[in-house]
Amino acid sequence: MAIFQRSEVVIGAILLGAMVLIGFINPAFWHLDNLFSLLRSNVIIGIMALGVLLVMISGGIDVSFPAFAVAAMYLTIKGMILLGYDGVVLPLIVATLMGAAFGAVNAFFVHKIRMIPLIVTLGTGSMVRGFLLGVVGTSMINIDKMPRALIDFAKQDAISMRNADGTTYGLTAMVLVYIGLAILIGWILRHTMIGRGIYAYGGDKEAASRAGFNTGAIVFFVYCTAGALAGFAGLLHGGMIWLANPRDFVGLELDVIAAVVLGGASIFGGRGGVVGTMLGVFMLVMIKNSLIILKVDTTWQRVVVGIVIVIATAITAWRDRRRGA
Amino acid sequence: MKTEPKAGLDLRSLVNRDNNIVQLLIMTVLIFVIMTALSPDKFLRYYNFESITYLFPELGILSIAMMVAMLTGGIDLSVVGIANLSGILAGIVFHRLLDQSGGVAGAGLPTVALGITLALGVGALAGALNGLLITRLRITPILATLGTGQVFTGIALVLTGGPAIVGFPDAWSFIGNGKVLGIATPLFVFLGVAVLISFMLVRTTLGVNLMLIGTNPKAAVFAGLRTARMVFYSYVLTGMLSSVAGIILSGRTNAAKSDYGNSYLLQAVLIAVLGGTNPAGGKGSVLGVGIAVVALMLLSSGFQILRFSNHLIDFIWGAFLLLVIAINALRNRSR
Repeated sequence: MAIFQRSEVVIGAILLGAMVLIGFINPAFWHLDNLFSLLRSNVIIGIMALGVLLVMISGGIDVSFPAFAVAAMYLTIKGMILLGYDGVVLPLIVATLMGAAFGAVNAFFVHKIRMIPLIVTLGTGSMVRGFLLGVVGTSMINIDKMPRALIDFAKQDAISMRNADGTTYGLTAMVLVYIGLAILIGWILRHTMIGRGIYAYGGDKEAASRAGFNTGAIVFFVYCTAGALAGFAGLLHGGMIWLANPRDFVGLELDVIAAVVLGGASIFGGRGGVVGTMLGVFMLVMIKNSLIILKVDTTWQRVVVGIVIVIATAITAWRDRRRGA
Repeated sequence: MKTEPKAGLDLRSLVNRDNNIVQLLIMTVLIFVIMTALSPDKFLRYYNFESITYLFPELGILSIAMMVAMLTGGIDLSVVGIANLSGILAGIVFHRLLDQSGGVAGAGLPTVALGITLALGVGALAGALNGLLITRLRITPILATLGTGQVFTGIALVLTGGPAIVGFPDAWSFIGNGKVLGIATPLFVFLGVAVLISFMLVRTTLGVNLMLIGTNPKAAVFAGLRTARMVFYSYVLTGMLSSVAGIILSGRTNAAKSDYGNSYLLQAVLIAVLGGTNPAGGKGSVLGVGIAVVALMLLSSGFQILRFSNHLIDFIWGAFLLLVIAINALRNRSR
């Protein structure tokens, strides 16, 4: 049964099973309203997860991207207010480039200094967050000060629905942005030299280098893209919640890494895909959001997420061992 | 005639072998001198150094725990979770046992001893769980402890419901807050732990084996070492060290909470690496970690005196970490 050996199929099946189970316990799960809000919660974590996926395929790990995201978001919005600029495209480009620049620092230390990625990204993440809160400021920018254009952009719905009582709800168009980025990353991984190089590098650095891949370019591409996606997601997040909070995203790295591992990527590198990651993100978001629907006290959230991480990593470790043998 | 060159040779070999220690000492002295120069009247006060002796033991012990985990090429991201969970469970037991019978503060020594045993038991159990996941299920240490760290913190949150558990027995607070012969008790605990772990690493089979496993896991297996068992023990030890830190932390603040000391995780990793521990395994010493803690404590207390924001200190620590990594790399390359 070759189809069951694809991890995406297995994850998809588990996901479907979990959805049926949750829906069985509380049918409110299947309300379009709930499903739309679930999809909405996928956007930011999902975009960041695409970056972490690249890092993990290359055999690294990144815990600095939440700091990059929040720095890109806060600095860009501060800058917009300072300059009185009210637009969408330019700020998103600025935030993305800012994230990419931060990512380049990670790449420099990983490639040139040959330091293990966890330590490097712990250092850069701490620096960026420390600088942001210590120098730039700790005050939140509320909706009355937030750039209007950004909020209006993030408010757009792809589908609008009307409840029986007249209230409206919809599926945010940001989901399309997320899917677009996922298709782009998936295409790069599958059909470009650099994409194939990331897999090769994650499988065996030495072999990739001898096969003629430019390992330096691969490392820089991976960490810069991860940073860029984080920066982009950060600003989008600010627009979606109408608030720029410089203390945001603390601890998010655990969730995102969990989602990527859940989606079948291997921490040893060389393995993982976009579809699996998107399913992993959906699974994690669903589990977190559905605790209330399942009438479980939200204090259990971290325990549940932790157990999910342990189980998912145990399964991937088991799978990696079997294939390796 | 004979002894003189030999002494010189010994000194040189010591410098070569423990290059990192010398570098650390120079750095520590530099920090001390710069901070003194920047703010002599405040930095050199007795009170400043006294408060450091209360603050650094908990962080120092967590860093030693991290170092032990790193010896085999692993890492333990659950140390802070274990520390908090230990303190919280002890606190809950104290309140259950003593609330009716005349209050927690005046608890007798047997009760406190029970609390300490319980806290250490939690650490051992949590460490054993990490060890099992890593050696039996063969989950990479980063991911296993990332997950269990969430679970431990989560259980702590479920047990307390969020707010801190306040009010520990006086004897318990003494461990984190008291004075013996005019010197902070946490300092004694730290020194005790440091000597014990140092001895274990250098003089016992477990310690030597851990270093060997970290240097070359494959060779260790072929040499007949029971790698899995040794690694398992090292995580149990890491867990117990974490709960010692948890005892001191809850004793010092007279409270225990699920998110205390969150920033300690990065700092513990940082100090372990600064202290000359190789995150890829095989190298590390308690002395190096000890000096690194003192250096960073001097740095942060100095910046606090200069009225820098706490966040900026995070920035400086991160920058410090990257700087030291870069310097070490450059030095190794030029050799």
